[in-house]
Amino acid sequence: MPILTKDEAYALLKKVLSYSKADECEVNLGGTDSGNIRYARNSVSTSGKVSQTQLVVTSAYGKKSGVATINEFDDASLEKVVRRSEELAQLAPENPEYMPLLGPQTYAEPITFVQATAAITPKLRSDLVAASLQVAKDAKAVAAGFLEDTTGYSAMMNSKGLFAYNTSTNTNFSITVRTEDGRGSGYATRGYNDITKLDTKKATQIATEKAVRSAEAKAIEPGKYTVILEPAAVAVLLERIFFGLDARQADEGRSFLSKAGGGTKLGEKMLDERVNIYSDPLNPELPTSTWNGDGRPQEKISWIEKGVVKNLSYSRYWAEKKGVKAIPGPDGAIMEGGTKSLEELIAGTKKGVLVTRLWYIRDVDPQSLLLTGLTRDGTFYIENGKIQYPIKNFRFNESPVIMLNNLEELGKVERTVSVESNVNYLLPPLKIRDFTFSSLSDAV
Amino acid sequence: MKRRDFIYLSGLGAAASMLPGIPLMGNPIDPSRALETVDVSLKKQMADVALNAARSKGATYTDVRIGRYLNQFVVTREDKVQNIVNTESYGMGVRVVANGGWGFAATDKLDKDSIAKAAEQAVAIAKENSRLLSEPVRLAPQKGFGEVSWKAPIEKNSFEVPIKEKVDLLLNVNDAAMKAGADYVNSILFMVNEQKYFASSDGSYIDQDVHRIWPTFFITKIDKATGKFETRNALSSPMGMGYEYLYARPQDKIQGITPLYKGRYDMIEDARFAGQQAGEKLKAKSVEAGKYDLILDPSHLWLTIHESTGHPTELDRVLGYEANFAGTSFLTLDKWESKKFNYGSKLVNIFADKTQVGSLGAVGYDDEGVKCGQWDIIKDGILVNYQVIRDQAHILKLDASQGCCYADNWSSIQFQRMANISLQPGKEKKSIDDMIKNVEKGIYIIGDGSFSIDQQRYNFQFGGQLYYEIKNGKIVGMLKDVAYQSNTQEFWNSCTAIADSNDYRLGGSFFDGKGQPGQVSAVSHGSSTTRFNGVNVINTGRNI
Repeated sequence: MPILTKDEAYALLKKVLSYSKADECEVNLGGTDSGNIRYARNSVSTSGKVSQTQLVVTSAYGKKSGVATINEFDDASLEKVVRRSEELAQLAPENPEYMPLLGPQTYAEPITFVQATAAITPKLRSDLVAASLQVAKDAKAVAAGFLEDTTGYSAMMNSKGLFAYNTSTNTNFSITVRTEDGRGSGYATRGYNDITKLDTKKATQIATEKAVRSAEAKAIEPGKYTVILEPAAVAVLLERIFFGLDARQADEGRSFLSKAGGGTKLGEKMLDERVNIYSDPLNPELPTSTWNGDGRPQEKISWIEKGVVKNLSYSRYWAEKKGVKAIPGPDGAIMEGGTKSLEELIAGTKKGVLVTRLWYIRDVDPQSLLLTGLTRDGTFYIENGKIQYPIKNFRFNESPVIMLNNLEELGKVERTVSVESNVNYLLPPLKIRDFTFSSLSDAV
Repeated sequence: MKRRDFIYLSGLGAAASMLPGIPLMGNPIDPSRALETVDVSLKKQMADVALNAARSKGATYTDVRIGRYLNQFVVTREDKVQNIVNTESYGMGVRVVANGGWGFAATDKLDKDSIAKAAEQAVAIAKENSRLLSEPVRLAPQKGFGEVSWKAPIEKNSFEVPIKEKVDLLLNVNDAAMKAGADYVNSILFMVNEQKYFASSDGSYIDQDVHRIWPTFFITKIDKATGKFETRNALSSPMGMGYEYLYARPQDKIQGITPLYKGRYDMIEDARFAGQQAGEKLKAKSVEAGKYDLILDPSHLWLTIHESTGHPTELDRVLGYEANFAGTSFLTLDKWESKKFNYGSKLVNIFADKTQVGSLGAVGYDDEGVKCGQWDIIKDGILVNYQVIRDQAHILKLDASQGCCYADNWSSIQFQRMANISLQPGKEKKSIDDMIKNVEKGIYIIGDGSFSIDQQRYNFQFGGQLYYEIKNGKIVGMLKDVAYQSNTQEFWNSCTAIADSNDYRLGGSFFDGKGQPGQVSAVSHGSSTTRFNGVNVINTGRNI
């Protein structure tokens, strides 16, 4: 099924709702076209294209609701799916936390769709990969990478008059280049809504340079070091804070945002005062949807301001119980940075470790948000403002909360992609003191 | 489905952060539809449309997977049912070799034209990308099996059990945990049925019916005064079984410091112990960092086997196909060729088995039509084999694939995935008590917890659910803030004792992540309680 226009989606959803006999009915419609190429050992390994569409109907009687779906769009099928959701609602147990549907909402016009990305051809994908492969081959290095693009639309309408529509495009690219002898490895990742901004050649050059420079790594003692974390490394640590902003968990006493004696850290200074984190669906560098899955508007929200916890996210149920605005969690997060480039941060560092990326991040203790993981694909020792030599990878045990209290400097913000969640962020490189490396790894 | 959507769906919040990501689960459906099946002759007709279309466009090899993936989730917290979800994902994936390269396309529209178009797209993609190939695909020969079928040997189809029975079970579990002192409990039943049909230009038409189940819970106990909290997760294991996994029997329990479960699971009993133990954890002694002898229960050791043996012996990782994501492997081909790479102590025998009854990875045939079997990976401590699929077999000079190919959905491209990889039980008669009785300074670890390993599988760190201090052969109390760090080869060489086959149990993962785009697979790992000497333990307690 092609990407439906706003008018087409409106007409289809209106028709589905016309079949409803329940107290409340909500219909979600969405479809995606996605394509990808994966390569390794300087050669394409897999490549594919997938199209999917779905229509989801939720019907409710009182606090009992039922959900049914279909991917056929003739009138009989549409009526059948509504009837089925109603039957399921009648059979469902009552959910005391069920919230009545939202009425009409006002949404900002989203800026998530770029025609050039939607118009991608197999040849363009293949050209972008060919450009990347050529860089690695010229350097007698070995490339492994992944390019994917998605074009999609989503729409929803309910019996209380709510209607929302959005189209979006996205492309993520990541590249690992290894030296032929396997002793050096480098990495770069990029994410954009607009595929014309993607320069696979330049990203591969960065990864190649890191690979070549990271061979001959020396072992240095684990311990506490000043580190410069590139944005890809910052992303995987900070997103544990972004994912953990839920008010209910904090109110219940089982979050790093809970306080001794009860209550939460909302309104308290928790991090260095230079830490400002927010989300903004209309940021031109990181546009996201202007509404979320249950129809609430996504607006610009400050989460951390001058180190103070400014807002927490709420389900509609928990917000009503607490008598506060039901702010949904962020789709993408933005951290304010400084003016210095990565090179300038390095130049101002007497002794430290440059970290290209971090890998296999797992929670060790949800109470302190202690995380563990390892450096990977380009770890270098800095002395007197210069990269001196590559060093062997470390395992770290560190909490992003402790880390953002040990902040030395913030660099210039750039868009990056989390290798753990695939979510895009706008983040600066960070210089952090006393970052805890607990053991050495032989991995390259 | 993304991890965030799953958290939203399950209403789990922080508790869900202990679960790995979950892929696209499919569309919600009426539960009764899960009991319907697609007629096998219709599937053959659809497959033939794709096979013929691909051949006519120049494909030299084609395989077609028609998949119907059913999931049911029942999600509760304390005394509330939060969500009951039934999903179905139904469609077809077509994979071809054309001009020497792979191409793939998938569709959820299963009319004749859409199927033919998907097949043609797969051929077009293969041809377009063939200019970027360094060498053509070489497939190990595989005979066609004709029309065959395989069904998981389950006793009770989970999808036939009424929702009410499942809801009642979970609410009773929650009640038991709360009565035992828990402040919060989230409990979940995951049930999966994969109805998979495979057809290939080699002449196979294979119909398979796969079932999996995972009952689990997450319990939290809070000390309001200090603001500290502790959690205790279920000691269940995801299994390749039907609902019978939840019909506990006395003969399937191992009585020790806490009940342990073998093949059947008493969820209510485990929740009762968990409620108490979460409270004990709050008061437990914080571990003193240092070297300890570790006694690892199978409910914990499965994950260490998974990460430190399962992944580094996947041949695609060894060769570099996963370099951009999960990484490569320290178990390079020269180590295998030498036939003397000392992976572990002489006690260590690790095998792959795609047929083990009740395991998550058990199937009759893999997702490229290869009949499944078993083979040795580590023999008397020496690396002897890897895990391979058809386009890799020639690299090991094998004349057939080992049947390790899997895709998590019709819309995903099949690739090399981990077989069930398990540690052979010890040959000498030894119980859990025998394992503990000679330990001077040690820790007995039960249940899986935090886990992390580097991209070549050398350096790892693991936590658990329950930690008991052992002094002079006796358990003296509970510990907290425990994690151990080691290097794979050093760790497996420190293995000094393995309990016998009476203690052999399966653990496993529903959601082992790999590949780009990311896919999950379900895999089991069996072991008996095992001892490792002198392992480095760190203290993970911090204040923020």
